[in-house]
This record gives sequence, structure tokens and C-alpha cells, in this order.
Amino acid sequence: MHKYLSIESVGKTFETKKGDFVALTGIELAIRKGEFVTLIGHSGCGKSTLLNLVAGLLKPTEGTILLADKHIDGPGPDRGVVFQNHSLLPWLTCFENVYLAVERVFAKDRKERTHAVLELVGLSHAEHKYPHEISGGMKQRVGIARALAIEPKVLLLDEPFGALDALTRATLQDELMRIVEKTGATVLMVTHDVDEAVLLSDRVVMMTNGPAATIGDVLDVQLPRPRARLALAHDARFMDLRAAVLEFLYAKQTSGTDHVFPAARRAALVQ
Amino acid sequence: MAALALRKEVIPIRTSPPHPAAKVLGERADAVRARFEASTGYRRTRAPEWLLALLAPVAGLALLVALWALIAKQGGRIPDPITVAHAAAKIFADPFYSKGPNDQGIGWNVLMSLKRVGIGFGMAALVGIPLGFVIGRFRFLAGMAAPIIALLKPVSPLAWLPIGLLVFKAANPAAIYVIFVCSLWPMIVNTAVGVRQIPQDYLNVARVLNLSEWKVFTKILFPAVLPYMITGVRLSIGVAWLVIVAAEMLTGGVGIGFWVWDEWNNLKVEHIIIAIFTIGIVGLVVEQALVLLARRFSYA
Repeated sequence: MHKYLSIESVGKTFETKKGDFVALTGIELAIRKGEFVTLIGHSGCGKSTLLNLVAGLLKPTEGTILLADKHIDGPGPDRGVVFQNHSLLPWLTCFENVYLAVERVFAKDRKERTHAVLELVGLSHAEHKYPHEISGGMKQRVGIARALAIEPKVLLLDEPFGALDALTRATLQDELMRIVEKTGATVLMVTHDVDEAVLLSDRVVMMTNGPAATIGDVLDVQLPRPRARLALAHDARFMDLRAAVLEFLYAKQTSGTDHVFPAARRAALVQ
Repeated sequence: MAALALRKEVIPIRTSPPHPAAKVLGERADAVRARFEASTGYRRTRAPEWLLALLAPVAGLALLVALWALIAKQGGRIPDPITVAHAAAKIFADPFYSKGPNDQGIGWNVLMSLKRVGIGFGMAALVGIPLGFVIGRFRFLAGMAAPIIALLKPVSPLAWLPIGLLVFKAANPAAIYVIFVCSLWPMIVNTAVGVRQIPQDYLNVARVLNLSEWKVFTKILFPAVLPYMITGVRLSIGVAWLVIVAAEMLTGGVGIGFWVWDEWNNLKVEHIIIAIFTIGIVGLVVEQALVLLARRFSYA
């Protein structure tokens, strides 16, 4: 297996007023070109921190991250990031928001490229609207368009559909599958939605609870593509995979309330 | 005019754009009301919105005039509203006459005052906005500026007037300089606050796209700070318009403040009342123009 994105012995420690806080430790993960990998775990397990390390917004305190054999040292246009809260600039239209990214990377055909990527996410009709004039789902599409527009080596998505309602989320998941199929993008996505993880991924990376979180288990999702949401809802393999992730999250990992409710005290209460 | 003065007081130091949830909640409340009315057939009858909106201020102004008439009736030197209205009709019949440097129409006086405010404020903007940007961007400079601003901001702008007279050796530049000083602080402080309030998300966008410093400034910093800057402009001009009257009373020359003082020396109290209304109305118009400008640049 050729490692396209390679996370090697990565750890991240934050310096806080109360001393060092070890967020991540011993992360080893290799992602193939064209692979769709999701990171799943309880809140506070450091999955967004890991994504930010790959994005270059944070620097690892241990280990290295390589993308196409190049050491990652800071943010760069070889990675496209989609933020949970879309982060569109409110004073620019959808077109201008995407154009800002395009002109950073390409010298020629900037307008054509912007139109093309907005068409890809199905937003040609709203190009000249401002972010406050469109729905949450549409904003997130623009966010995806902006990330795709720079033709990144890897697409990084930080809980991109977390703030959307269930129906919009489902539509956008289908859209994302279609776009990834069409572009052959390599994707690393953070989510806390089990169905989303299994539906979209080639592999689901399950993380243990923080502090000092690490990769607990990796699940291969060998469901054939294209995947149809409705058919999979009754598919035994899909159900098994889903159960495996749930098993990991709720049986092997306690529910992320340890810091408010220490395990020892909880044990005492149960008795 | 008391109501207007009060409104000036409550302008917040910084205004943030309205939370999007507020709009959504408002729409939801409207929808719930509409559904309730449709299902029950019950509908609250109310006077049309525009009528209520017009009635309240008219009632307030009528009350003000009534109180004034009542006070005038008690005797003393306060002229009643009708006398003042007649005097105003005479003054505004020819606002732009000019009979030598000490006897000019009220229009010239207002324009001269506005000119001083414009020049003083413009220079304050040229200095204050860039200064606000660097103070907002660099923590060390903010630390350096903090004690200076804290010390000088509460000083009455008029306290600077003697220094102005000493340096410029003339009344007009000294008055402009006082306006410059009093406009400076709100511009610096609001711009700096605006720079510090830029959401980290926007800066993260700049970082992941590796935007150039110029792009970061023109596409992110400047538009994000603009609403705060306009608040600074509003506060500055409001203060400047308050201060110019007092400064001109001290320096003399042509200007609405000097005009007030001159009419006091002539014991023409009705003219002083006309001046008070004129100052209020000009201030109100300037303020409203800036509110319109601010609305143009706010991002919902």
C-alpha cells in the first residue's frame, strides 16, 4: 500500500496554565491516494486536533506528518479544509468566496474554474448571493467548493455537516459521495455520526477518549461503491459495521464524561 | 432636544452585527402568530404601524413645546415658542448674508463650524485608523498605547485649547486642533477593538489558503473592521459636534458656537434658542447620515 498521507508517531501536547495537557499521543495512520477515511470518537478525544495538525493550523509536538512524501510544516494550498461552521466571508458573494481560493493557486482560467466548481456542488444558480442569503446546507456546499477549487491533494473536513438538520445532512452526504467519486479526492473527515462514518468511508478510524487520546481501532468498510443510502439501511453488512463502531464507542470507550464524573466515583455509585 | 442628547449617550462603544439567530427567532414568532390567527380566526386589531411610529415622536415634541410655553409664561427672560418662531422665520429668510467678519448669516456660521469639524475629524481619521490597526494587531504596541489612551481620553478636549493657541498662534487652527484631539480617541479605540474582534475562523481561512498580507488586509481585515470603524466615526463626529460649540465660544470668529456667545452678549435669548435647535438638528442629520452609511456596510 502506498502511503499518500502519512501520520507517523504524532503527539500533541498543549501548554496550559495548569501545566501540560497531552491531547494526542502515538498516532500512526497511513492513507492511500483516493481513500476516504473518517475519524470518529467522543467529543474531546482530539479528532479535530488531529485534523488541524494535518491542516497545518497546529504543529505536532512529536512525530511528523508527510503528504506525498513532503513534510507538512504549516498550512498550504495542497490541503483543502472545510470547517464545521462554513467560515465563509460574509462580505463576499459565493462566487467571490471561492474565487479568493482559486486566484491563490491558479494563474489562468480563474473565472471558469470558479464557475465549474460551483456547478459541481450544484450552486450555479446562487453564485452571486451573499452567505446570509442562502441556507446552512448551501453555505456548507460553498465551503466544500472553496476547498475543492484549489484541487488539493487531500480534502480535510471537520464535522462539515454537524450543524445541519438531518435531511439536509443526508442530501449533502450523498452529494459528497458523488463529488468524491467524480474527482477521486483523498478525504480525511472528522465526524461523530456513526451512520455518516460507515456510509462514506473506506476506513473508519476510531479514537479512544482523551486526554492522551490515540487510535483505538480501525474498521475496514468493504461495501461496494456507489453506495445507496436506502438499500444500505437494510443491508446486513452495513448493520454489522455500524454495530461494530457503536460497540467501540459505547462499550469499549466510556461516554466521554470522565472529567465530570470520574470513573472511580461512578463505580462507587453503581455499587 | 433632551431626548436627542440622551440618544447620543447610549450609543454603544462597539456594535456587533445582529446574531443570525435573532432573525430566525423573529421569523418564527411571526409564523406562530400567523398560524394562531389562521386557526382561531382571531385577529388583534391594531392601528397601522406607520401611524404609531409617527404619533409617538410627534407627541414627544408637542410635550416639549408645551413645557417650554409653560415655563415662558411664568415670566422671566425666556421667550415663548411663538416669539422664537417669528425670530426664526426672520433669520432663516436670509441665512447667507455677510456684513463683515462679525455679522454673518446663521448658514455661514453653521458651515464654518462644520468645516472645522470636517478638517479636524478628517485628520483624526487619517491618524487614528492606521494607529488603531497596528494597536489591534500587535499586542506590544497595544500595551504601549494603553496607558497613554487611558490617561488622555478622559481629559476635556477644551483643556487642549491653550496648547493649540500657543502652538498655532491663531484661533482657527487651535479650534481645529481641539476637534482633532477629541475625535482621535474613539477612532483609535474602536478600530483596535474591531481588529481584535475578527473571528478566528476568518483568519483560519486566510491561513489555510496561505493568502498574501495584502489579500488578508483587503479581503478580511478591512471589511471585518469596517463596521467598528464606522462606529468610531459616529462617536468621533458626535463628540466633535459637541465640542466645536464650546471651542468657538472661547476662540471667536465665525461659527455657530461664537454666534451663540455673540447673541448672549446682545441679550437676544430667542436667537440662542434658535441656535440650540439648529445645533441639534445639524447633529441629528449628520448622525443619521452616518447610521445609513453604517447600515450599508453591516453584514447580516
